[in-house]
Amino acid sequence: MLGFIIQRFLQAVVVMAVMSVIVFCGVYAIGNPIDIVIPPEATQEIREAAIRRLGLDLPLYKQYFIFMGNLLQGDLGRSFVYNVPVLELIGGRLPATLELVLISVISATVLGVSLGVYAGYRPESWISKTIMGVSVLGFSVPSFWVGLILILFFAVHLGWLPAGGRGETVEIWGVAWSFPTLDGLSHIVLPAVNLALFKLAMMIRLARAGTREIMLTDTIKFARAAGISEGTILRRHLLKLISIPILTVFGLELGSTLAFAVVTETIFSWPGVGKLIIDSIGVLDRPVMVAYLILVAFLFVTINFVIDLVFALIDPRVRQGATS
Amino acid sequence: MSDPVLSVKDLKTHFFTRAGVVKAVDGISFDLAEGEIMGLVGESGSGKTVTGFSLLGLVDAPGRIVSGSVKLKGTELTTLSAAELRSLRGHDISMIFQDPIATLNPMLTIGQQMRMAIDAHERLGARAAEARAAELLTQVGIPSAKERLRAYPHEFSGGMRQRVAIAIALLHRPAVIVADEPTTALDVSIQAQILFQMRDLARETGTAMVWISHDLAVVSSLASKLAVMYAGRIVEQGPTATLLRDPRHPYTAGLIASLPAMAAPGTPLTQIPGTTPSLLSLPEGCPFAPRCDRATDTCKTDPDMTHQDNRGWRCFHPVTRTAEVPA
Repeated sequence: MLGFIIQRFLQAVVVMAVMSVIVFCGVYAIGNPIDIVIPPEATQEIREAAIRRLGLDLPLYKQYFIFMGNLLQGDLGRSFVYNVPVLELIGGRLPATLELVLISVISATVLGVSLGVYAGYRPESWISKTIMGVSVLGFSVPSFWVGLILILFFAVHLGWLPAGGRGETVEIWGVAWSFPTLDGLSHIVLPAVNLALFKLAMMIRLARAGTREIMLTDTIKFARAAGISEGTILRRHLLKLISIPILTVFGLELGSTLAFAVVTETIFSWPGVGKLIIDSIGVLDRPVMVAYLILVAFLFVTINFVIDLVFALIDPRVRQGATS
Repeated sequence: MSDPVLSVKDLKTHFFTRAGVVKAVDGISFDLAEGEIMGLVGESGSGKTVTGFSLLGLVDAPGRIVSGSVKLKGTELTTLSAAELRSLRGHDISMIFQDPIATLNPMLTIGQQMRMAIDAHERLGARAAEARAAELLTQVGIPSAKERLRAYPHEFSGGMRQRVAIAIALLHRPAVIVADEPTTALDVSIQAQILFQMRDLARETGTAMVWISHDLAVVSSLASKLAVMYAGRIVEQGPTATLLRDPRHPYTAGLIASLPAMAAPGTPLTQIPGTTPSLLSLPEGCPFAPRCDRATDTCKTDPDMTHQDNRGWRCFHPVTRTAEVPA
């Protein structure tokens, strides 16, 4: 098990190193921030001084090594635009995205798996057919449109829920969170629903397919032949047997939603990292972009690592494959 | 003779598919006495397995038992509610399947799976349940049973896994076990071990068994009586020795003649011509007629079971013993 963890850790380090090169070169290729950061009427001297101060006069590889050197000391640089440490900037926005994404992905998974298992368990019932029909909508309707309709209906027309913003926040461990307050929670509902719909549809389909497949296996028949009740079969056999693909997708979705909740955050003016990165790309704020993309890579690597550990925890075959 | 533990009368299980009604089991009857082992023999698709599932009320949609009766220790099973059936399954009648790799859940330990099967019918403390599980594992020939309870199925060989499945089936000392080709997937040497162990267990515990197999040779070493199935019906039944020595139905005779042991070394094996008919398009009358060299126009109508002494067959032109069976 320890060997498995070390091996995975080394893999993660390599992935991160490669990612940093790609990100750095990619961002460099997008455009020259000088043209945006420095006012056009500035004199040549001011211009050159600024370029030197930002380290943009050095060749790309030197910039990269300076950046990596600072990164290893925990310094991701300062934003060109806000002139504050990038880490502070992202750290201030991350909790908003984190709570929104966690609430939406977790509830989509819990609800989606429940509905999907039901639909797979009773494929012929009209409830199942309704569930599957509605799940097609979740796949096919574009997310930004759903967001607008949600605002139009629940915020404008009915006036039940706020249309945007984060609402009242509470400080826990020095970080502002909205979910503990009623007002904050009411602000989360619409963007969370908006983010969750696609994932919900996917989880329903995944759980249903798994359930249909597993229910036909001899494992289930044998359990039934032993007189084990349907409830126990679903809880103890089925959920375990369908958990691997669901966990895999859960991890991927968690990572990609954390990184790219941009559309929803924009529509609901949710002050998360998605909005920050879009703004930064607009003004070519390189340190923010680089730091953000590296953070995203780090999140993916970490989530996958945790998911792998969970696999080993629930599936003895993986655990043994990992040890040997 | 005492009352049979299992009595099946004119059982019919049909599948209502889009292509039509498949009469997988079409009117079969047999009795099973305490501790008796009956071999249910037939080719693939003859309805053996569906018969087994019907006995436990485990037929999946689109199939269902359409008529007939299954009486277990005097209780009619076909009219029981789902909950009542569940409480009998595993307790009074249980089943073992062909592929031990597929029957056990790879993500739960043997102990957890046995515990679930115990909890389904009895409230036992953790310690008592573990003792019971270990006792059963020992009984089916698994050494150091206590430790093995913490192992996962993939840590067992195929034969050992099948023993675990058998132990689970035996947990509550059922009156009847339906064994659906439980040794087919195993090595020949392991197969023999398990066969004889099952026979001894049946004898010790008084458990009756329906042993489903396509292999006449395997079943005949185990079962005291045989039922030969063809296209959803029993075409011949009777004591094993009688049936093997003196088959009446041409299909039974064909099965016996095609046993490798029946052919002299170096000569080609005898075969039954043709294949099992599709249950969707059965011929008029006797379903075996198209493959039968004794068939006449009479066979266009359906033969009834002819009973004689303790045996029966379904044929207008039964085989009578003519030549000695080659040794």
